[in-house]
Amino acid sequence: MKKILILGATSAIAEKLTQAFAAKGDSLYLVARNKERLTIIADDLQVQNDSDVYTHSLDLTDTGQHETLLQSAESKMGGLDIVMIAYGTLSDQKESESSFKNTLSELNINCLSVISICTHAANLFEAKGSGCIAVISSVAGDRGRQSNYVYGTAKGALSIFLQGLRNRLDRKGVHVLTIKPGFVDTPMTKDFKKGLLWVGPETIAKGIVRAIDKRKDVVYLPFFWRYIMLIIKLIPERIFKKLSL
Amino acid sequence: MKKSYSWGRYPVIEQSCQEVFWRDQELIDAPSMLPYGQGRSYGDVCVNEGGVVLQTSKLHHYINLDESKGILRAESGTTLEQILKLIVPKGWFLPVTPGTKYVSLGGAVANDVHGKNHHRAGSFGCHVLAFELLRSNGERLICTNDQNQELFHATIGGLGLTGLITWVEIKLKPIASSYIHQQVSRFKNLEDFIRLNESEEANWEYTVAWIDCLAKGRNLGKGLYLAGKHDDDTRLESGVEKNSSITMPIDAPSWLLNRASVQLFNSLYYRKPRKKLSRVYYDGYFYPLDKIAHWNRMYGKRGFFQYQCVVPVDEAESALSKILEKIARSGQGSFLSVLKKFGNNPAPGLLSFPRSGFTLALDFANRGEKTLQLFSELDEITMHYGGAVYPAKDARMSAMAFKQFFPAWENFSQYIDPHFSSSFWRRVNQ
Repeated sequence: MKKILILGATSAIAEKLTQAFAAKGDSLYLVARNKERLTIIADDLQVQNDSDVYTHSLDLTDTGQHETLLQSAESKMGGLDIVMIAYGTLSDQKESESSFKNTLSELNINCLSVISICTHAANLFEAKGSGCIAVISSVAGDRGRQSNYVYGTAKGALSIFLQGLRNRLDRKGVHVLTIKPGFVDTPMTKDFKKGLLWVGPETIAKGIVRAIDKRKDVVYLPFFWRYIMLIIKLIPERIFKKLSL
Repeated sequence: MKKSYSWGRYPVIEQSCQEVFWRDQELIDAPSMLPYGQGRSYGDVCVNEGGVVLQTSKLHHYINLDESKGILRAESGTTLEQILKLIVPKGWFLPVTPGTKYVSLGGAVANDVHGKNHHRAGSFGCHVLAFELLRSNGERLICTNDQNQELFHATIGGLGLTGLITWVEIKLKPIASSYIHQQVSRFKNLEDFIRLNESEEANWEYTVAWIDCLAKGRNLGKGLYLAGKHDDDTRLESGVEKNSSITMPIDAPSWLLNRASVQLFNSLYYRKPRKKLSRVYYDGYFYPLDKIAHWNRMYGKRGFFQYQCVVPVDEAESALSKILEKIARSGQGSFLSVLKKFGNNPAPGLLSFPRSGFTLALDFANRGEKTLQLFSELDEITMHYGGAVYPAKDARMSAMAFKQFFPAWENFSQYIDPHFSSSFWRRVNQ
């Protein structure tokens, strides 16, 4: 039975994750901006399970709150084993191209605020000599593409940060997991045309639970994205720059 | 716009689809909307040609379960399957269940569905304590028997036309076992069925009959009487046994279902040696067809119809024999013909279908004009005897017939949300 802090708990993937964790009897501390929706999720979990569920509504770009947030999660649950970061926005690439302000705000949500939480969580877990930091990054961070390179930049930077963090914390007994989902059918992607490569959030959630259990470093979800991205990364830049991916 | 159809795969229409993710979400601004749960109604009550359907399959959060009183509040997209998984191990069951568990709570309310225990429990709506209705003007109304009473009665059986139901609260029934004690008996004809039902229905919570719709003459209406009650062996388990379901992978060729194959199936089914008394798991008892995913493909690409009517008790034998004779003569009837006596419990909805009488439901492959012609003739018999046809199963009844079957339609129409409509509603109001 683990004590898990979930940031961005109202996202579709996080919601499926909370169900999987709660079914195992884990304690959950759920954080998201929207208070009503947090209650919707917490009530649903409590009808189905006996596990402890706490909610905390907070705008996670408010990095000044991060340290206290971790402390209150730890004190409410009587410990902290996993910090699961599942929030983010899928920015409108076109808007970011015409406005740096927009780009900055996307980088702030999807990268800088996450780095802030990871920094606090890393220090906390390093001191304890245990713990897991699991972060949802994206395949979009593997190579810059014209269709969403601002989002890709945020996720790419995040993946590099986590790589370094893992290198620092592995010897301290702390597990750092980078999760790279491909196309997931969620409210965030509701305007996209769905094809064969799309999966539901429950598939991703299952993969995340498995990756945490097996102490994986980097997982692509579903697995085949590892190979798709491998091919995409192998295309020489002089050809890649002419493609419309 | 996207091509869509309901469970009967007829008609095929174009509509656009908007998913609803949260119950606190506002409705979109569209001139013509219709809630869509699992799309298990057969005809066009769940489609909205040229308009928008509000897909509720992601609206499935539980809100509260009072385990001591058996009161469940859940979002309207929650399916009966999901609910059973939650409540059966806790010793509770659905107060009323239709023949498939793949329907949403909202759909069960909107069609005021019924089950094998109608003679005791009435329709699903009889067990609805409250729901929230979201109207296109942004109003959220809690409807109960005392609060927003008119909308409560208009929305139960209201075919999704009064607004979007966001959550429903129902009263569950206690059970001691997840097994059903079942008794199967044969009856020789319609008269025999009525007699058998008379003597058995007081002893059994669930009763239903399967009839061979191709039998004629002396054997008209012969079949099997299936009665059941919850066991009391205190074994509570949930979940379907693994590997128990199969999928109809493709559309069956249209020649597969013909008079000979149906006759063969029906006579084998009737003669199949079976234990008179048995103990069966609730899932197989209530939802035998759910074991075949996409069984609607059995009827091929052209789709199929279900004809379900109810006729009053007094002249039931004469009405039913006329209907069955007509079907037997046409040779169009199919495997699944079901007969049941409804009880006297009045249904709470203005447009509810269940009412005192005998109800008969049959599947028909779509053979075009020939099939539609048969239905018009069946409608006339039903009308003559003062019965009604079930909108949830219908894709073709005339406006005139509908208005005769549901005289409350005019009173009902004042409660329709001005931005809600359906293909069905436009068809029966031409």
